[in-house]
Amino acid sequence: MKATLDLRRVGLGLLAPVLAILVAFVVTSTVLLLAGDPVVEVWTQLLTVPRPRLVVAIINGASVYYLSAIAVAIGFRMNLFNIGVDGQYRIAAFAAAVFAGQGWLPGPLNIFVSLLIAVVVGAAWAGIAGWLKVTRGVSEVISTIMLNAIATGLVSFLLFRVADSTAGSNVTNTKTIPASSQVPGFALVPGTPNKIYGFILLAALVGVAYWVILNKTRFGYDLRATGRSETAAVASGVNVKRMVLTAMVLSGAAAGLVGMPLLFGQDYSYGTTFQPGLGFAGIAIALLGRNHPVGIAFGALLWSYLDQQSNGLQITVGVSSELVYIIQGVIVLAVVIAYEVVRRAGLRMEQRRVARQLSEEPGSPTPEGATV
Amino acid sequence: MVAPAVELQGITKRFPGVVANKDVTFSVQRGTVHAIVGENGAGKSTLMKILYGVLRADEGTVKVDGQLLALHSPSDAIDAGIGMVFQHFMLADNLTVLENVVLGAEKRHGIGDRARAEIERISADYGLNVHADHLVADLGVGIRQRVEILKVLYRGAKILILDEPTAVLVPQEVDELFDNLRELKSEGLTVIFISHKLDEVLSVADSITVIRRGTTVATVDPKSVTSRQLAELMVGSELPSASTDVSTVTDRPLLAITGLTLAGAGVRDVLHDITLTIHAGEVLGVAGVEGNGQAELVEAIMGMREPTAGRILLADQDISDWHTREIREAGVGYIPEDRHRHALLLDAPLWENTMLGHQTQSPNAKGVWVDAAGAKAGAERILAEYDVRTPSIYVTANSLSGGNQQKLIIGREMSYTPRVLVAAHPTRGVDVGAQAAIWDHIRRARREGLAVLLISADLDELIGLSDTIRVILRGQLSDEFDPDVVTAQDLGAAMTGADQRDPGTVADDLGTRHTEAGPETHGVEEGQ
Ligand SMILES: Nc1ncnc2c1ncn2[C@@H]1O[C@H](COP(=O)(O)OP(=O)(O)OP(=O)(O)O)[C@@H](O)[C@H]1O
Ligand SMILES: [Mg+2]
Repeated sequence: MKATLDLRRVGLGLLAPVLAILVAFVVTSTVLLLAGDPVVEVWTQLLTVPRPRLVVAIINGASVYYLSAIAVAIGFRMNLFNIGVDGQYRIAAFAAAVFAGQGWLPGPLNIFVSLLIAVVVGAAWAGIAGWLKVTRGVSEVISTIMLNAIATGLVSFLLFRVADSTAGSNVTNTKTIPASSQVPGFALVPGTPNKIYGFILLAALVGVAYWVILNKTRFGYDLRATGRSETAAVASGVNVKRMVLTAMVLSGAAAGLVGMPLLFGQDYSYGTTFQPGLGFAGIAIALLGRNHPVGIAFGALLWSYLDQQSNGLQITVGVSSELVYIIQGVIVLAVVIAYEVVRRAGLRMEQRRVARQLSEEPGSPTPEGATV
Repeated sequence: MVAPAVELQGITKRFPGVVANKDVTFSVQRGTVHAIVGENGAGKSTLMKILYGVLRADEGTVKVDGQLLALHSPSDAIDAGIGMVFQHFMLADNLTVLENVVLGAEKRHGIGDRARAEIERISADYGLNVHADHLVADLGVGIRQRVEILKVLYRGAKILILDEPTAVLVPQEVDELFDNLRELKSEGLTVIFISHKLDEVLSVADSITVIRRGTTVATVDPKSVTSRQLAELMVGSELPSASTDVSTVTDRPLLAITGLTLAGAGVRDVLHDITLTIHAGEVLGVAGVEGNGQAELVEAIMGMREPTAGRILLADQDISDWHTREIREAGVGYIPEDRHRHALLLDAPLWENTMLGHQTQSPNAKGVWVDAAGAKAGAERILAEYDVRTPSIYVTANSLSGGNQQKLIIGREMSYTPRVLVAAHPTRGVDVGAQAAIWDHIRRARREGLAVLLISADLDELIGLSDTIRVILRGQLSDEFDPDVVTAQDLGAAMTGADQRDPGTVADDLGTRHTEAGPETHGVEEGQ
């Protein structure tokens, strides 16, 4: 009984994102039609089977998105809106890159300590917002937005100071990480020399840790309770202030890791071209995946898939690749609505099932189904 | 023959795993007060929500004045002249009565003088004694309820639904409410109300419909039944009679509060110099009109508010600045006044609710881990032992009826062997059968040495359960009353401050009652 119920729930859970994607399909097609763009060609380009090189890029992009969305989801589970993942991952990646580039420590140890630095810096940057909220009641939405702006300024300022002067071009970078501390990738996809980030394992590890901590520990129970009802959590003995601070710090710690696959697996330094905007994508993906570690994985893959497949739009069909932002935006809006619609449908289905069951066994009167 | 004001025919409503209403049929005559009674979870609130358009019936028809109605939302119901006052008031504290009343009904009489005049007119016509410009935050529960009623009348309701209107009221307020209801009735309005207090029902209703397990079993004339017969109709069998009890008070103080003060925002302290002692095996009852500091007293004990001055001792440990979690782990059970805000995670499954507040204790936790298997087994046991009616431990707390939510909370708090139980309105909203069962549970635990701080608006409960009663008024505790001799009238007078120049009602002979306790322990309570 429990097992069939769970299957049904999984089915219903999948229905909502699928619905949202369909809605996005329709809306985007309408936009294309109105703009007089070639609808069929656009979808053909977006829906062709990606080439091996792109498959690798999709998976790599997704692993970065995944970390970002998990960082956002930690806050979401407690009704905290950490808009600041963007600033947190950039400042953390910068700090880790500066340290790792010095090569003070040998190979793997250098990586490990750099990761630690990223986690601590991300956590501390988010911790400022947490601390402001707890002591001064400043909304974390406002403070993290401000901290994003400050992080941007701070990183550009410092980057200029520490920039690798030997670089010939006008691109500003931190020192390149020594080869012994670069994380090798996995050549899993045949047909391309490109490799999947070794740090995809880091993303998986963070996902597992997220699930375990939230669902299996007392701390996770307290965190979810606080998210559901702060007043009831207080009455049950949760120290809500400490909880807010801890959740913010954890979210920031996860955010600190967002840039690591890029830093150690692709760029090997932090510079002005380091991928921006990962934090905001994380918000959308966390919504899409309903804060669930597996849901988020699918969301991240979809996001990354759309990113990569849209790159060719300009060249092949002459439509701006920015079209993909419309698709992504509509998906997020639609998914929020779809989850509610599906929830209600599920409730009605359940009721019909109950009615059927009850009419099959006329001997037992009503809410005795409600026996204990 | 005139058509009945309301006619329900074959109403059926299903929720996942439960049939809340099954083929409900009854009618209400115009100009009468019609009561609906039934056990917790019988389906009363569901039925009323259907009539008010909040929920939609799966089957059946609703007729008002002989007209078939399709109710899709409360605004349909309001258009048909139906109004509802929910058990939990829905007033905005920081708005005035006028603002609260016109909110959402701006089209009727505007938001200015016309609306004010209309409010004063309704208030005068029905003797509600409500004034348009008072701030709701300053009003007591009794008046707030009349504001709710006025709100409904303002929207043109001819049929009023009141869901457990008397649960939060003290006896004087209940009398006032019933006077109002008679007034409404004489003006030709129809009132449908739900209550678990059968004596009240018999005194005010013209007709009573009994609901059992979702169906109507009978509509009876209050003049021809007793409250016992009514109770038997409700549960389908005879009620267990409450046993008489002997004092089990010991001389071992478990909870001792001295000089507890909590400063308020204004000049007056919210709590002023509260001193009390509860011994093992003792129930200390606190009577009072809501809003006189009860909630704050409880929250101070539970570590949810920082007292300005004073000490709280649990046995011989000073817990004044302990954190809520430490206090709960030390064995203080807590039944809050507002179950939705403080005692439940409404969207979480029941098994996560039966561990709430005890999430660090066995069987719910092993070290830093949640022990889900243990917690689920614990949940099954609590739900069985306290007769919580639900299809499974996986449904959300939201889907329990009000009374069953309360039973879950009681069961949970009694199940972790508390040394002290802080209970605010433990039987609010539960049916008579469950009330007797809860009282039995409390009495049993008291025999085993539990100390109980009992806060209740139900004076019969206070008198029946307490070893000592004190009254709280404007943040101060009165002297002790002996429940064996005190009457509801005495308490009522003390609660409203009507006795203030008449200290004669205070029982002076308390030392003689608790023979085991001895007079010196009372010295602690009356020390200052
Ligand atoms: N939203 C819901 N989802 C699922 N089940 C529900 C929901 N609301 C009520 N129920 C179930 O329907 C039944 C009737 O509930 P209802 O609230 O009408 O009872 P009631 O007679 O008002 O009880 P009480 O006196 O305890 O308030 C109960 O078994 C309850 O668990
Ligand atoms: Mg109810």
